[in-house]
Amino acid sequence: MKILVTVTEVAIADDEFEINDTSIDETYLTFDLNEWDTYAIEEAVQLQETEDEIEVVTATVGPERVEETIRTALAKGADRAVRIWDESLEGETMIDPSRKAQLLAGVVEDEQPDLVLSGVQSGDVALGATGVALAEQVGFEWGAVVNQLDLDGDTARVHRELEGGVEELTEIELPAVLTIQTGINEPRYASLRGIRQAQSKPLDVRSPADLGVELEAASLELTDLVVPESESDTDLFEGAPEETAAQLAELLEEKGVGA
Amino acid sequence: MSDVLVVAEHRRGELRDVSYELLTAGKELADATDGELHAAVISGPVEEYADKLDRPGVDQIHAVENGEEFNHGIYTQVAAQLANAVDAQYILAGNTVNGLDFAPALAERLGLPLVTDAVDIETDDGLSVVRELYGGKTEGTVDIDSERALLTIRPGEWPEADGTGDAAIEPFEADIDESAVRSTVTGFEEVRTGDVDISDADVLVSVGRGIEDEENIELIEELADAIGATVSASRPIVDNGWLPPDRQVGQSGKKVSPDIYIAIGISGAVQHVAGMKGSETIIAINDDPSAPIYDIADYGIVDDLFDVVPALTEQFGE
Ligand SMILES: Cc1cc2nc3c(=O)[nH]c(=O)nc-3n(C[C@H](O)[C@H](O)[C@H](O)COP(=O)(O)OP(=O)(O)OC[C@H]3O[C@@H](n4cnc5c(N)ncnc54)[C@H](O)[C@@H]3O)c2cc1C
Ligand SMILES: Nc1ncnc2c1ncn2[C@@H]1O[C@H](COP(=O)(O)O)[C@@H](O)[C@H]1O
Repeated sequence: MKILVTVTEVAIADDEFEINDTSIDETYLTFDLNEWDTYAIEEAVQLQETEDEIEVVTATVGPERVEETIRTALAKGADRAVRIWDESLEGETMIDPSRKAQLLAGVVEDEQPDLVLSGVQSGDVALGATGVALAEQVGFEWGAVVNQLDLDGDTARVHRELEGGVEELTEIELPAVLTIQTGINEPRYASLRGIRQAQSKPLDVRSPADLGVELEAASLELTDLVVPESESDTDLFEGAPEETAAQLAELLEEKGVGA
Repeated sequence: MSDVLVVAEHRRGELRDVSYELLTAGKELADATDGELHAAVISGPVEEYADKLDRPGVDQIHAVENGEEFNHGIYTQVAAQLANAVDAQYILAGNTVNGLDFAPALAERLGLPLVTDAVDIETDDGLSVVRELYGGKTEGTVDIDSERALLTIRPGEWPEADGTGDAAIEPFEADIDESAVRSTVTGFEEVRTGDVDISDADVLVSVGRGIEDEENIELIEELADAIGATVSASRPIVDNGWLPPDRQVGQSGKKVSPDIYIAIGISGAVQHVAGMKGSETIIAINDDPSAPIYDIADYGIVDDLFDVVPALTEQFGE
């Protein structure tokens, strides 16, 4: 059995930052493995530990920079990685999910996995769309926002986490794409040994042409990026912690708290 | 080709609020395109739902009988057929768990661009959508270079359409390929009930990822004890197993509206805010002035929680 995990890198903005054109200036960004994808990797690695002969491959659409992040995924237990990039994506803050799915579909066609795990969303752009778009492109079944997964032959029995503390119990035929929700498991930290081993695990770089993908033109363009105007006028207490704490305590007491 | 189709959402016998919000957003779009507003309601007691969706401004409601609950295999097929039948220019769905389970597939099937989680839609010069980026710290405008598009809208951003309209309600016979329905919903499970009901509390002290370590939760508990409050949390705290699931505030946790909500080390992600924005007074303690929690906080302390929280507890010491 083969499990493909889609893995992306997210950009996290500093407390103070500047916007350049339609993206946050890179000096104010930290890059990290997407939180949701760490749960997807863990789920794949746990399946690998309980069942025989499961290969875990990661797929990432991203420039060379993301290889460091991909190594983190390998250090957590994935067997090998594929990275795809197309120059035309350079500089896009928000890549059209359909185009990302197209490139990932190329990897799916190439690798023929039985199961694809992706994250519910990427923490920075939060489209929440790539996994399901990918499923439709490759003709796989799918399930979004999965917080429990059991494999039973050709069926995945999942819980989908709906709003308000309700879970939907669903049976999904494989091959399928599942988008994994946080909390489904306890992601491990990479061990020192894992980190060392990750350096020598295969990380293949493929172009769209290698995968036979002709990338469609972008139909979405981010044309403006701003810091939203605050809707409330927050009264900020200022001063040293003792002072701000005292001011807040006074406010709370006025409101009858702690009296 | 100027009509708008919205896909209503329901669960376990009830239309969800976002359905009425979709009608408002859909009406705005239909006015802008000079088109008609169509609503689709798929599965469940569709006639009853259709009557409820008959709000002013809705031209046609398509009632599609097929099973009881949402199934994406049915929804994608029906919505694609309806979109073609009414020649919809724009299709709208809710940016909800089920919306995200069918909208991306529908977009691919129809070859439409998709923009999710819209908080505003502009039609001055082609269609553009305003949505958050970088964890709510920024807002971007996305221009859509296409005649047609599919959008999902963020719940709670548009008012619910209200009143009674005079829409034509018609059944729609979809042609379902059952072999393409490869997932089955077998039931529902209620989760996260415990002995503490955070939605009953008058004062909540709520802790987020800023607390860093399980052992630091004690600081929050001490504060809560000192002021007679109940402890609640954002999702990562519960995901990590540091507090039980019944303490989670937000979209997938509990909706709370206490007199006072103190958010400590919580950024204010949309799914968290969905559960607590109804609180009467919101107080944030977060050292990042650009954290979105400050968009809704009434009072705030932009400082390190590890300095502020013990100092605050001490104020209530004797
Ligand atoms: C389908 C779905 C459902 C979800 N449901 C929920 C839900 O029900 N509830 C929920 O909460 N989330 C939910 N989420 C997750 C949500 O998107 C966020 O990931 C989550 O709310 C973030 O939690 P947080 O604010 O504690 O953490 P973060 O976003 O990491 O924020 C931590 C904050 O702490 C601050 N901080 C750090 N150190 C300090 C310090 N020393 N002093 C002061 N401040 C500090 C930082 O500035 C930051 O703002 C859901 C997500 C999805 C996709
Ligand atoms: N550039 C990418 N490369 C690989 N996987 C991605 C990429 N972008 C998104 N994904 C996957 O799709 C999920 C949802 O992302 P998004 O649709 O961008 O919110 C992520 O959790 C990843 O698993």
